[in-house]
Amino acid sequence: MSRVFVAGWGAVSPAGWGVAPLREALYRGCPLPIEHLERPGWDKPLRERPVPPPQTRPQFLAHPRLRRTSPITHYAAAAALEAAARLRSGPDGEPCLGLIVCLHSGCVHYSSRFFQETLKDPLTASPLLFPETVFAAPASHTAALLGNTPLVHTLLGDPASFLQGLALGAAWLEEKRVGACLVIGAEETNWVRANALWHFEHDAIVACGAGALCLSPEPGRSAGVELSAITEAQSYTRRQSPAQAARAMRAQLGASSAGELLCDGLRDNPRGDAAERAAWRDWSGPRLSPKRILGEGHIAAAAWQCVAACDMVAERLFPAATVSLVGCNQQALGARFARADSGASGLREETPIAGQAPARLKGH
Amino acid sequence: MLFPPCSPPSPAPRVVITGAGIVTALGIGWQANAQGFRAGKRALRPISLFDVSRQRVKTAGEADLPAALPPTLLSSHQVARLDRAGTLLLLAAHEAWQQAQWQPARELPLVLGTSAGGMPLGEAYFRQATQMPRRYRRQPSRAVHYQPQVQGRMVLDALGTEGAVTIISNACASGSNAIGLAWSLLRRGRAQCVLAGGYDALSELVFSGFAALQSLSPTVCRPFDARRDGLALGEGAAVLALETLEHASSRDAAILGELIGYGTSIDHHHLTQPEPQGSTALAVMKQACAEAAVAPEDVDYLHAHGTGTLLNDISEAVAINHWAGGRAATLPVSSTKAGVGHLLGGAGAAGAVVCLMALREQWLPPQAAFETPDPACRFPVLHEPRDARVNVAMSNAFGFGGVNATLVLRRWA
Repeated sequence: MSRVFVAGWGAVSPAGWGVAPLREALYRGCPLPIEHLERPGWDKPLRERPVPPPQTRPQFLAHPRLRRTSPITHYAAAAALEAAARLRSGPDGEPCLGLIVCLHSGCVHYSSRFFQETLKDPLTASPLLFPETVFAAPASHTAALLGNTPLVHTLLGDPASFLQGLALGAAWLEEKRVGACLVIGAEETNWVRANALWHFEHDAIVACGAGALCLSPEPGRSAGVELSAITEAQSYTRRQSPAQAARAMRAQLGASSAGELLCDGLRDNPRGDAAERAAWRDWSGPRLSPKRILGEGHIAAAAWQCVAACDMVAERLFPAATVSLVGCNQQALGARFARADSGASGLREETPIAGQAPARLKGH
Repeated sequence: MLFPPCSPPSPAPRVVITGAGIVTALGIGWQANAQGFRAGKRALRPISLFDVSRQRVKTAGEADLPAALPPTLLSSHQVARLDRAGTLLLLAAHEAWQQAQWQPARELPLVLGTSAGGMPLGEAYFRQATQMPRRYRRQPSRAVHYQPQVQGRMVLDALGTEGAVTIISNACASGSNAIGLAWSLLRRGRAQCVLAGGYDALSELVFSGFAALQSLSPTVCRPFDARRDGLALGEGAAVLALETLEHASSRDAAILGELIGYGTSIDHHHLTQPEPQGSTALAVMKQACAEAAVAPEDVDYLHAHGTGTLLNDISEAVAINHWAGGRAATLPVSSTKAGVGHLLGGAGAAGAVVCLMALREQWLPPQAAFETPDPACRFPVLHEPRDARVNVAMSNAFGFGGVNATLVLRRWA
C-alpha cells in the first residue's frame, strides 16, 4: 500500500477565512463570541457563531459559476483553494484532482428560501434558487472553479462521515484514479438548521464554515503530515450503541505515541458528549476540543478537527495527532495523522505564533 | 481499517448480482416492474401526495405503497417513523436481500444514492416550524429521519444486519455511483458482499424546482423524440445485492448477472445543463466499456439517461453517436423515464435493474412514448416490445451538477 500525505489544508470558520485565524483562535483557547440568530415568530433567538465577512471579497467569487451561489459553496471553495494552494503552485504542476464534498445539513439557505416561495405560490418560485438547493451543488461549483477535477462525489452523513470521505479519497489515490484528492466538509447556517439542533439541545451554539484536506501520494508534495490511519466505520446499531461504537473506534486506533495530541469533538454538552467522553476517559495526553471554541459545526467541525490536527503536527507541536469523531446519528470513526519524514511544512512560515503551545492544551 | 487498507486481491474479483429489488410507479418488485417495462407501460398519473393545483404540470410516476410492510426486524416504533422515501428504499432492499438469500452479518456495507433523502419530512418540518401556534410534536423525529444515513440504518435494522452506511448524493447519477462504489469495494477486497442502490420519493420542493426550471413536460414525456418538451418526475427505489463471484459460488447462490464495468466523471459546463457535445457522457461510456473490456459492437442494449428534456437528450444522443460509431445504426436504445418518470437518486439503480431484467429474460424494454425520431439520434429508439438476445447491457445516468456515470452488465449464463 502506498503512503498518503497531506499536501495542504484550508478552513473557513467562525474564527475567519483561512487556517491562520482558526489556528489563532484554537491557540488562544477562548470560546468565540456568540451572536443571536432570529427565529421567525419567536421572542427568544437561537445562538450561533457565524463566519465573519471576509476582509476582502474573495477573488474566486468572480468566477461565473459562483456568482449566485450560497454561503456553503463559498466556504467550500475557499477551503479547497487554500488546501490545494501548495499543490497548484508546485514545480511539477497541478495533478489531476479528485474532489469529495461531505455534507450533513447541506444547502439549507436556498432550500428554505425556495420552499418558502413554493408554499407562497409555486408558479412564482425562483428558478435561480432551486439548483442551489441540491446537495451536489457545492461540489459541482467547486469542481468547476478548480478545473482538472475529473472525479467528484458528494457524501452525506453525520459528522464522522468526513473520515469516510478521507478514506474514499485515499482509495482513489491508491487506485491511481487521480493524482491528488481534496476532501471538504462544509455547513451553512440558517434558523431552520439551528432550530433543528435546538430541539435536542436548547443551549447549542450552531456554527458554519468548511474545512478541507488535500491528499497526495507523493512525499514531495507533503506539507509535513502523513495520514497514518482511519478506523473502520463503527456504525450505531441495535447491538452497538454510540458509546460502544466510540470505544470500538478507540480500540481500533491502538496505542498512541508519546506526546500525541487528541483532537476530539467535545463541546461541553453532557448528553451529546457522553459516548466520546467515556471512550477517552483515561486519555492523559494533550487534548484539543475545537467545538468548545468554534461551536457545533457538524461536518465542518469534523473537518476543522482534522485541519487542526494536521496543522499542529506540521507545526511540530506534536509528533502525531488522533482525531476522534463520534457522530450524532450514524457512526464513530477515528483517524491518526503523523509527522511526515520528508516534505516541508508550507504553513509554518505564515504562522505568527508558530512554536507556541496552544493555551487550551496546557494543563491537560 | 479503512486506511491503510488491506492489499487488493490480484486479479480483482468478478462482481456478480444475486439479488435485485425495485419499486416504481409500475409496482412493487421484480415481477410487476418486469411486466411493465417489457410492455412499455406508462404509469404516470395525477399527483395525490401534495397540492398541485397551482402547478402547470399535475402528473408524475407516483408509486403505490403497500398497506403493510413485509415482515422485518423493525420495531413498531421504527416502522412508525419510516417516511415515504425510507419505505420505498426498504421495500427494494428487502426484495434484494430475500432474493440473494443473505444471512445477517456484522459487516455488510450499505451504499446508497439519493438526491433528496427524506425531503418530504424536511418539508413537513419546515411547515410546522413556520406555523403558529408553535407545535413541537414530531419535529425532533423529522429532523433526524430526514437524514438519509438514518434511513440507511433503518434498512440494516430491518434486515437484522450491520455495517457501514455510505450515502452518495451526486444528484441523478447517485444510484449508479452507489453501485459503482460497491463494485469498487468488492474489487479492492474491502468486502465480500455489498447492498447498493438508489432511491428518492416525490416531494413538493423538488417537483416545484423542476417546474420552476420549466423542465417538466406539460404534455407527454418522450425522450429522444423530435417533439419532446420535458421530463416527468417519478419516485422509487432500486437495490442490488452484489458479491464477489467466489463468495456467491461458495454458497451456491443463484446469479442474476454480472457487473463488469463502471465509469464516472464530471462535466464542468453548468450546474443544470449538460455540455452540448456530450464529451463527459462520452468519456464515462468509454471508461465503463474499457473496464468491462467490451466494444460498442458487444453491447446489445443501452438504457439511456433519456430524460426527455431538449438539452439532456441532444447531449446524450451526440455522445451515444460518437461512442457507438458504426454500431449506432443498430444499437437498441430506450429510456424507461417515459414510463415511470425520472427517479432522480434512484434512476441509475433502476436503470441497472432494467438492464438486469433484459439480460435475465431476454427482451428489450420499449419506451412508453415515442413518435417522431429526432434526426440527431443515429440510433433506433425502441418503442415496440421485442424479445432479443441480450448478453451485454449498459445504463447511463447523468446528474444535476454534472456527475455522469455508466454501468455495464453482462448476462450470467
